[in-house]
Amino acid sequence: MNARPHPTMDAAVKPSRRLLSPGVSRHLTYGLFALPAIVLTGAITLVPGMLTLAASLTDWDGVSMPTWAGGANFHDLFADVAFWRAIFNNVQWTVLFLTLPMAGALLIASLLRTRTRIQALYQVVLLLPYVLSPIVNVIIWSNIVFDPVGGLVGYINHHLFPLADPLAQPSAALYAVAAIDMWHFWGYLAVIFLGAIRQVPEEQLEAARLDGAGAWQMFRFVTLPNITPTIGLMAVMVTIFSFLTFDYVYLATSGGPGFSTLVLSVLAYNSAFTSLAVGRAAAVAVVMGLFGVLASVAYTRLTWSGAR
Amino acid sequence: MKGPLVAVGRQFGNLTLLVAACFAVGPIALLVMNAFKPHVEIVGDPIAFPHHFYPHNFVAAWTEGHFATGLVNSLLLCGTTVLIVVAAAAMAAYPLARSQSRIWRIVALYFLCSVTVPIQLFLFPLYFVFAKFGLLGNVFATAVILAAINLPLSIFLLRTYIMTIPAELDDAAVLDGAAPFQVFWHVIFPLMRPGLATVAAIVCLAVWNEYLITSTFQQGEKNFTMTLGYLAMNGSISDDQGLLMAGGLIVIVPILLVFLGTRRFIIDGMTTGAVKG
Repeated sequence: MNARPHPTMDAAVKPSRRLLSPGVSRHLTYGLFALPAIVLTGAITLVPGMLTLAASLTDWDGVSMPTWAGGANFHDLFADVAFWRAIFNNVQWTVLFLTLPMAGALLIASLLRTRTRIQALYQVVLLLPYVLSPIVNVIIWSNIVFDPVGGLVGYINHHLFPLADPLAQPSAALYAVAAIDMWHFWGYLAVIFLGAIRQVPEEQLEAARLDGAGAWQMFRFVTLPNITPTIGLMAVMVTIFSFLTFDYVYLATSGGPGFSTLVLSVLAYNSAFTSLAVGRAAAVAVVMGLFGVLASVAYTRLTWSGAR
Repeated sequence: MKGPLVAVGRQFGNLTLLVAACFAVGPIALLVMNAFKPHVEIVGDPIAFPHHFYPHNFVAAWTEGHFATGLVNSLLLCGTTVLIVVAAAAMAAYPLARSQSRIWRIVALYFLCSVTVPIQLFLFPLYFVFAKFGLLGNVFATAVILAAINLPLSIFLLRTYIMTIPAELDDAAVLDGAAPFQVFWHVIFPLMRPGLATVAAIVCLAVWNEYLITSTFQQGEKNFTMTLGYLAMNGSISDDQGLLMAGGLIVIVPILLVFLGTRRFIIDGMTTGAVKG
């Protein structure tokens, strides 16, 4: 505790500096700086998150006192067809999102690399669907695109060939909802990939060109290795979000028809607010959280082994 | 031999880009076009341009969607959330960017953990606590939740901005006798303004468009945001496409203006987090 005031310091303005050493005072201030964010995060997400962990082991309707149920919620869940259907749908969703939007975004981003004059314009155009609300996007698509009377589907059905509303068909509904969400999301990926591609060292590309590499070879052997970390990060993000996906499914179909578009988040939400089975909803949420943890661990493994 | 092949390839690339742009904008273009057509015209041909100017849809949609109330609630929700996030994130990002000690690595991990927690995992207890204290429908209470959700990523984003500010500037200020808070307020804060603008814009978009939290906590017509008013309208008048499209246009115009006005910051913020510079 050796206070050594700087010669130019005006002691009358900062008397506290005399009581504490600069290091301690700095750490205290730093702690105070971070305090609001720490408290807010803890109070809103982490503490209620732990409460949910606890609630998953109880019978609770959200109003009266919860009663201990042990593993009964999980036991019931694992015996429920709807739960396994939801997991299967989440997996399908993940596979769809890891392939179509990723490939499309990579293609468009690499096409934009050499067209520098239209890059700024395309960033805006591609992000337009991304900055719109899921509510608006779902209403646009279900009314003006998928609607069998006043939509594009109705138009095609009337003038070109028979086509039914895909949202109403159990075999097509999941893909139709995913199509809306992918339309909304893929432009974001394209903008991120373009940002990464623009950072690929020009010398490497030039060297490959001088060696006679074609467009595909330059992409495969220069661009792709350079942006692999970004692709990996996006793949993990997409996987995590695919297991959390809620908005588009709930708004477009609420999980129906039947269980055809049911995903874990919708199952949890309906359990809590429709059936008032909060313990059961909590159990579903815990399973969702586990998938998130798994994806994060997989990513850490991936990046660590890749770096060695 | 290679020349014409390259030219053909380039034209094919241009075509692909054009198709991609049409795919991205197409549904929005349909929304705009049909917003100016009466219902019967839309059902007759949804892909035709409007024959004449038909503003009636907008007048009806404005009252039907309770957009006057919605606009006020949306602005209050966005404004409050942005203020909380910017203030709390800027302050928390400073020590995370400047201190090397182990405590701060743990704090960073703490924020990282809260990002991976699914909303469903904390939604239920939060909802029943808010209900108990009569906070459902309170814009400011809902803003606190949305702020907490948007905090961690904002902190990490601002941290990268602060790390680009040379630490020598801090040291110089300390030598001149500035306390840590003064260093932050007079040196760091003014220099991190582009980062703050980025965070404000991104959070504003996120809150305007947010669905799960907002619909769960802002129940009751008088508490609806613009998007919730639009959703309720979709439920009550689903038999008038023209009205629905006009309502959609009313809801997206403000957020498109924000996006176009701040696109530099937004795109910068998106790529900063995901692309290692």
